[in-house]
Amino acid sequence: MSALDRKLLRDLLRLWPQALAIALVMAAGAATLIVGVGAHASLSETRAAYYERNRFADVFANLTRAPKILADDIARIPGVAAVEPRIAKIALLDLPGVAEPASAMFVSQPDLHPPRLNLLHMRSGRAPAAGDESEVVISEPFAKAHGFAIGATFDALLNGRKRSLRVVGTAMSPEFIYAVGPWDLIPDERRFGIVWMSERALAAAYDLDGAFSSVHLKLLPGTSEAAVIERLDAILSRYGGLGAHGRRDQFSHAFLDAELKQLAAMSRILPPIFLLVAAFLVNMTLSRMIALEREQIGLLKALGYADSAVGLHYLQFVAAIAVVGIVIGFVFGTWLGAGMTRLYSDFFHFPFLVFRRDPAVYLLAAGITLAAAVAGAVMAVRDVVRLPPAVAMSPPAPARYRRMLPGWVYGLVRLPQSLVMVSRHLMRWPLRSLSTLFGVAFSVAILVSSMWAFGSIEHMIDFTYRRADRQDATISFAVERPRAALASVLALPGVLAAEPYRAIPVRIRHRNVERRVAITGKPPDARLSRVLDRDAVPVRLPATGVALSDALARILDVGIGDEVELELLERDRRVVRVPVAAVIQGYLGLNAYMDLEAANRLMREGAVISGVHVAFDSRQRDALFRSLKQTPVASFIALQRISLQKFRETLAQNILIQITVFALFAATIAFGVVYNFARISLSEQGREMASLRVLGFTKGEVSGILLAELALVTLVAQPLGWAIGYGIALLVILGFESELYQVPLVVERNVYAWASLIVIGAAIVSGLVVRRRIDRLDLVEVLKTRE
Amino acid sequence: MSPPTFRTRDLVKIYRTGAVEVQALRGVDFEAAPGEFVVMLGPSGSGKSTFLNIIGGLDHATSGEAWFQDHELTAYDERELTLYRRDHVGFVFQFYNLVPSLTARENVALVTEIAREPMRPEEALALVGLADRMDHFPAQLSGGEQQRVAIARAIAKRPEVLLCDEPTGALDSRTGVLVLEALARVNTELGATTLVITHNVAIQEIAHRVVNFANGRIVSAHANAERKPASAISW
Repeated sequence: MSALDRKLLRDLLRLWPQALAIALVMAAGAATLIVGVGAHASLSETRAAYYERNRFADVFANLTRAPKILADDIARIPGVAAVEPRIAKIALLDLPGVAEPASAMFVSQPDLHPPRLNLLHMRSGRAPAAGDESEVVISEPFAKAHGFAIGATFDALLNGRKRSLRVVGTAMSPEFIYAVGPWDLIPDERRFGIVWMSERALAAAYDLDGAFSSVHLKLLPGTSEAAVIERLDAILSRYGGLGAHGRRDQFSHAFLDAELKQLAAMSRILPPIFLLVAAFLVNMTLSRMIALEREQIGLLKALGYADSAVGLHYLQFVAAIAVVGIVIGFVFGTWLGAGMTRLYSDFFHFPFLVFRRDPAVYLLAAGITLAAAVAGAVMAVRDVVRLPPAVAMSPPAPARYRRMLPGWVYGLVRLPQSLVMVSRHLMRWPLRSLSTLFGVAFSVAILVSSMWAFGSIEHMIDFTYRRADRQDATISFAVERPRAALASVLALPGVLAAEPYRAIPVRIRHRNVERRVAITGKPPDARLSRVLDRDAVPVRLPATGVALSDALARILDVGIGDEVELELLERDRRVVRVPVAAVIQGYLGLNAYMDLEAANRLMREGAVISGVHVAFDSRQRDALFRSLKQTPVASFIALQRISLQKFRETLAQNILIQITVFALFAATIAFGVVYNFARISLSEQGREMASLRVLGFTKGEVSGILLAELALVTLVAQPLGWAIGYGIALLVILGFESELYQVPLVVERNVYAWASLIVIGAAIVSGLVVRRRIDRLDLVEVLKTRE
Repeated sequence: MSPPTFRTRDLVKIYRTGAVEVQALRGVDFEAAPGEFVVMLGPSGSGKSTFLNIIGGLDHATSGEAWFQDHELTAYDERELTLYRRDHVGFVFQFYNLVPSLTARENVALVTEIAREPMRPEEALALVGLADRMDHFPAQLSGGEQQRVAIARAIAKRPEVLLCDEPTGALDSRTGVLVLEALARVNTELGATTLVITHNVAIQEIAHRVVNFANGRIVSAHANAERKPASAISW
């Protein structure tokens, strides 16, 4: 080991707390990079592999009923590789020991040939026997939620008739990686499952012998999806086609896309912040170290060490810190990534999902971290290389201070000299003070930008479930029913109020932009499920025209008074032009509303409704649920209160984990930045502090000067951090935005308070650590040496 | 008759670093009267700085007694020593130890802000002949001027004692004389008991009394029958 190497080692040991603090900030950067990029890769590659292996379809269409022979016509559409006609229906279940009504999506499995698309991944048991009316395969999460093993039985209301079903297998499907019931917020395996059964048996139940109600297509590579959809719609239009769509509108796929977008945003925003702060710290610490070792540098050069050798020595010091940071980051990132993957597997149902330990990701993280460290070191090391030995060996010119204000101001204000010291010392190295300020501000910002989610989601929930959709439950009918059905719902036990709605699937279009949405027709004076504007004021739906949620209006680029084109996907499939009558607020999905009677007129039908929103007396809940389970006309019953509760639980759990990690990171940064700043400040002013002690200043007064400096920087950093945090949150929201949900940016005051509290706490801890060093200053020794 | 400002009896200081013991003071008996100007001579390592640090309240003795007026310094704890330094002692060191971020006036004000009955910083600076350099930062002052700021800072609190460790050690003869003049003037005008450590023999002629240190002991002492003014000496 060379003498320089030995010096390197001892320097690292001597400065270990500072080195470790920097390494930890680097570790946070490397870890977030590994988690962000790694989780993104895990999720997207797992999904791609799963899709590929299980032949996930590219185009999807639902219709009322078409003869199976039509599949041949569809197969002849240019670019179609495979066609799978099938039956898919949502039906109510009657589960033993479950009070609330549950539903399932019933999907047919071909009897005559193996499935061509969306192959099941069997987890246990076998496929249902061809034609067997009771054998079913159920989705694994649903099976687990109810403890259903092979041989278990439960009842379902298929097309109004109760059937007893027997579980012969459990499975997963690429179609239902994320399976949410209609009107639900997040998966609730207890109340919604997937049931696969023999096509012949399901067809018999729904009077669809020799027919299908849904078709999935696989396209050849390079085929235009839009062209196929157009041809498919033309073929299906006579059979009640509801409009074909690609994967973008397939719910499970779209939700995964939204998650991937968030992960990508996370790995773009967070690691740069950590690494920037780390570079600041490296620069700060190294500059001071070099200032202190000036004479040694001169000596080394005088002894004949090349400039490059001396420069390299200091670069190695920084590289060693970076290596420690990278190793900690690797360990922490891998652990965190594994945890994230566990969270995902609770949420998404993949047959396999492993956190990818791709060497390339680690190499990237290590490379970027090292680059940030070297970038931070470059300026300081350049000074070392440039310093001529003779200059280096003479002491540096004394620090030049200057007054920031004219002399008479000081006379007037009579600041204590200790405060004058603090302010001048801060202004003497403005760059360092600023980078410390920003370092602390960034840690506040990281907290603000991670904790805002609580408030925003609460706002969203409050708006959606307490102000807009105030119903306790929504009953969806299997097919439209006359408005008189409302009366029979009102007659159910415990129902306090009921309100009808009509859902009309349409393609809404303006210029060249189009989306598939359901227009919801509501009574103009709706009291349960209301339409609200941006200020949460109820909007009375006009007799003509359509009200659009602002996200939809934005996508279509329309405002009030503009006309949009509606392509009806039911009945006579007319294309009509209607004016936009209002733009309203809505956070979940893309929404369009109409007056109920106007909707019926649009469809050229009598007074029919698609379902009913109800408010019920919770004391009569069980009686209501019992009779709902027997309601042959309902296909699905959404329980908003229960799904909201489930949503809150899941979210609270996920966000809490996330915020704990971020709080840890932010505290690390705050501690690292403040500690390094304090140590450097102490090393520069240690002599002055000892002098003050000699002059009769107490330990408290002397450390007060240094702590005041820290306090000043930390306090000024708070509002700056709030502002930066708000900005980051805004960026994150842009990264989150999807057509599935719009997240409002609502940062509540307690978010700022908590962020500041955590960061100030970390700063106080580092201040106290440094204070112990001030208390142990050797007065005599300091005074006897020349600076 | 008023009690002596300082009185020490059999003062011993032993530094221990690991297994090595260094006996810095081997039983020092000393007295200084109020207003007295004492020069302490001796080679380096003779114990004079250790002695000054102990009676200045910067260090603890290993054994023996040190009294300031009727206070036993050797019985003081850390906090009491700090208060003692704050209220009674003025220090001047070889390397000035000014706060570089404060001007001359502000360096003095640093002390007057915490002292009980201080003079105004301007007054203290005028006393050392720096009335026209008050708003300069240390880096803008010469070594001699910096040392005189240090003296002004030491005396602004009207201390009973002024302890100086090699105050001219880093200065040339001409500048050193200016500093000594300031010290002598302060001693006369404020009546502060002044102890000056030096290994510069020429300085002894401005003292009332000269004490010689060697090997941790006071080996000799004599009073000057006639004090020379600082301006009359050179080295």
